Amino acid sequence: MTPAAPAQATEPVADGVAALAVEGVSHSFGARRALENVAFTVHPGEFAVLLGLNGAGKTTLFSLVTRLYHNRSGAIRIFGSDVRKKPSRALAQIGVVFQQPTIDLDLSVSQNLRYHAALHGMSRRAAAERLEVELGRLDMAERADDKVRRLSGGQRRRVEIARALMHGPRLLLLDEPTVGLDIRARQAILDHVRRLCREEGLAVLWATHLIDEVGGHDRVVVLHEGRVLAFGGVADVIRGAGAATIIEAFTTLTGKDGT
Amino acid sequence: MTAVHYLRCLRGIVVREALRFLHQRGRFIAALVRPLVWLFIFAAGFRSVLGVSIIPPYETYVLYEVYITPGLIGMIQLFNGMQSSLSMVYDREMGSMKTLLVSPLPRWYLLTCKLLAGVAVSILQVYAFLIVAAFWEIDAPVWGYVSLLPALVLSGLMLGALGMLLSSVIKQLENFAGVMNFVIFPMFFASSTLYPLWKIKESSLLLYNICAFNPFTHAVEMIRFALYGQVNTFSSLYVLASLALFLGLAIYGYDPGRGLIARRGEPAG
Repeated sequence: MTPAAPAQATEPVADGVAALAVEGVSHSFGARRALENVAFTVHPGEFAVLLGLNGAGKTTLFSLVTRLYHNRSGAIRIFGSDVRKKPSRALAQIGVVFQQPTIDLDLSVSQNLRYHAALHGMSRRAAAERLEVELGRLDMAERADDKVRRLSGGQRRRVEIARALMHGPRLLLLDEPTVGLDIRARQAILDHVRRLCREEGLAVLWATHLIDEVGGHDRVVVLHEGRVLAFGGVADVIRGAGAATIIEAFTTLTGKDGT
Repeated sequence: MTAVHYLRCLRGIVVREALRFLHQRGRFIAALVRPLVWLFIFAAGFRSVLGVSIIPPYETYVLYEVYITPGLIGMIQLFNGMQSSLSMVYDREMGSMKTLLVSPLPRWYLLTCKLLAGVAVSILQVYAFLIVAAFWEIDAPVWGYVSLLPALVLSGLMLGALGMLLSSVIKQLENFAGVMNFVIFPMFFASSTLYPLWKIKESSLLLYNICAFNPFTHAVEMIRFALYGQVNTFSSLYVLASLALFLGLAIYGYDPGRGLIARRGEPAG
């Protein structure tokens, strides 16, 4: 297989520097190749769906972008800052929602958010202001003092998104954020993040294996067995695969049924 | 990132650790009861069997309870260090370790903050223990309680760093029972906690050498002297050197490019 960059030509000309640029990244754990020459970009205001089945390498890619460990080859840039060379500047501009919930159940909503703010070196006053804004946006201001344990699954997820936005990042990464949620909660989260993307100009990378989470105007990165099989706007990816729908395109590209 | 950012981050981590500690009252009570059981049952029973002669820093014959108190202080910190290690492995399995590690501050600093937060908790436990012990007239000179503090910080850091090092090596939570068997028990028993070193030397030179090599022995001796307003220079330096070694290795273990975290990676997703 050739390193895929089929959609390069159709990429819209975006102003300025990419929010996230992944360039020729490969990674392996021992003999197992997890990522093979992965390349794509996400620009401010774009909602990009990283589409892949379980085991495609999505979580590995997230770990590299968030510098849990280093990429061995290629480069990952956040607004021009290389994650390996300028980790501090790169990480300050990322908000992350991990696949597993990483919120303290025994602490209150606001304690969780303040802890996160402190990790980013924010002052208490700045944290209090941001807390009000982010919780207000979620209609959860009155739940600020509740223990997280008392919230529903969908509410916890939204608190995690609010937490990821506390320090005002310009790139939001979400790794399978709707896993375990019912249809309504799923839709609510999706709508919320799309609104952020539209209204705040946030760049979003949304990893999922659920094809129906892809919207008509999204960018799509199809990741399969560690390789990018297609990348571009939804319409381009569908056309490139000679398919009629994104589900069909995914099936054609990967040779597997999407679920 | 300026010094202010660093301090805010430290405060945030310590506050969170303190809040979590307050929510786990069971853990606090366990930490208090464990050394008290040793003090009131074990030491009381052995009082007549084991005589302790006059060795520095003691100026008179002391009761066995008095002799083992510094060792029990060390035990509180040893358990606390291992408990933090356990919670770090747990945090890593549950993913909340990631929230800490994606902070823009340098990773060595984040780990050191985490360590300091654990030490602060262990010091609270130690003073709670000493207050209870004082009611049974196992006490030290008033100044001793103050001069003890820097020793507690140093020994707490060293034992916490050991726990952190182990947490970077241990793959899964299940392996933690092994830590009990292979770290806590040998460190505790092969030390000067229960019997003075010269007594151990009388029975076995090999065991004496092991005890003298054990950093926990030196933590206990440092605490023992500090409790009487004195400084055991050699032990203090030994603890300091152990701290540097353990912390260095722990930071290496969590390094994104080199340590086990990079080699082992994450489950596929």
